Amino acid sequence: MAKIKMSKKSTSIDMTAMCDVSFLLLTFFILTATAKQQEPLPVDTPSSTVKTKLPETDLATITIGKDVNAKDSISIFFGVTGRDVRKRTLELMAQKYKLSFSEKEMEQFALIESFGVPIQNLSQIIAMKSSDRNKPGFQPGIPADSTDNQLKEWIYNARIATSEIADKDLNFAIKGDAKQEYPAIKKVMDMLQDQKVNQFDLVTGLRGKDY
Amino acid sequence: MAELNTESGGDKGGKVRSKKSNAKVDLTAMVDLAFLLITFFMLTTSLSKPQAMNLGLPDKGDEKTDEKDIKVDQKRTMTILLGDDNKIKWFHGLLEAPEPNGKPTDATYGKNGIRKELVKRVKSVAEYCAAKPGSKPGDGLIVIIKPSKKSTYRNIVDILDEMAITDVPTYAIVNDFTPEEKKLIEEK
Repeated sequence: MAKIKMSKKSTSIDMTAMCDVSFLLLTFFILTATAKQQEPLPVDTPSSTVKTKLPETDLATITIGKDVNAKDSISIFFGVTGRDVRKRTLELMAQKYKLSFSEKEMEQFALIESFGVPIQNLSQIIAMKSSDRNKPGFQPGIPADSTDNQLKEWIYNARIATSEIADKDLNFAIKGDAKQEYPAIKKVMDMLQDQKVNQFDLVTGLRGKDY
Repeated sequence: MAELNTESGGDKGGKVRSKKSNAKVDLTAMVDLAFLLITFFMLTTSLSKPQAMNLGLPDKGDEKTDEKDIKVDQKRTMTILLGDDNKIKWFHGLLEAPEPNGKPTDATYGKNGIRKELVKRVKSVAEYCAAKPGSKPGDGLIVIIKPSKKSTYRNIVDILDEMAITDVPTYAIVNDFTPEEKKLIEEK
């Protein structure tokens, strides 16, 4: 009698190729992911159900948060995307305030994502290491009073720099702390509106669907 | 495993069998891990981009040249006052002569608060505008948002979000308070 031979199939599959592919993809995603930089002024943005994303280029972000050192006062930080634009903005600002920055300082400044110091102290900040510079509460914020409105100049010069370099309009995003009172936000909005920037983005977090 | 290679005399004369170690490693766990990480990186790269809410404000420019005679039907306007402590007061029509069911009322943010009123009014005003002769298509409720000095940025974003959710056709942020409105928002 013929024996029925059960052909025993191996249950294990060769995983080598799959492993190769998955690690290739993994490497790709790790390399393309941009590392999140520490923010010098941490803010808790309010959430909304809107799903539009911020543009990635030609964007200036104005961060409005609570001053860590002084109670009941706000500090405002400013940042533009694009290294060339940053450099050109600094050049224009230096002309305006009759300061001079060396070429090396310009290069260093182009790497700074966001800052919040009066321009007179800027070179001091540029010389620092980014971990020291970005300690919360270290930078006091950009002066924006009526007596010394440097924020206005930054906004204005960043717009000029963007139109010179990229030949585009600069977009503005306001990133405010959720607990910030309205007048502080309004001050910045007014400042933008004074320059006829009537369209801007409010940075928000993501909210659950059932809201 | 670690084994001591003890000499067994070698008298047996047997073949020295080299132990064949299995060349295949089970890669399943590794692949699992790799895919987990891929998923993580894929999701975080696209999700970490901040969301943004676009806000357009009217040109501030020379107000004198603006026509001030634009009359808006009071039946179409709803005013929302944002107060402190996340409070809202709203009324429909004029404060002195509110529309039916439109007297100044307290409300809260969110699904069960102001949204119900907004949805109701967006619908009723749209019907009213459609029935009215001489109205343009697209006319509907006009919401005037008045944030008081004590309201927070979160309140603004929340109320703008409500506008987006309930599809209010026209809304504006207005900063001027009439004395009556001021009184209304300050009273508890």
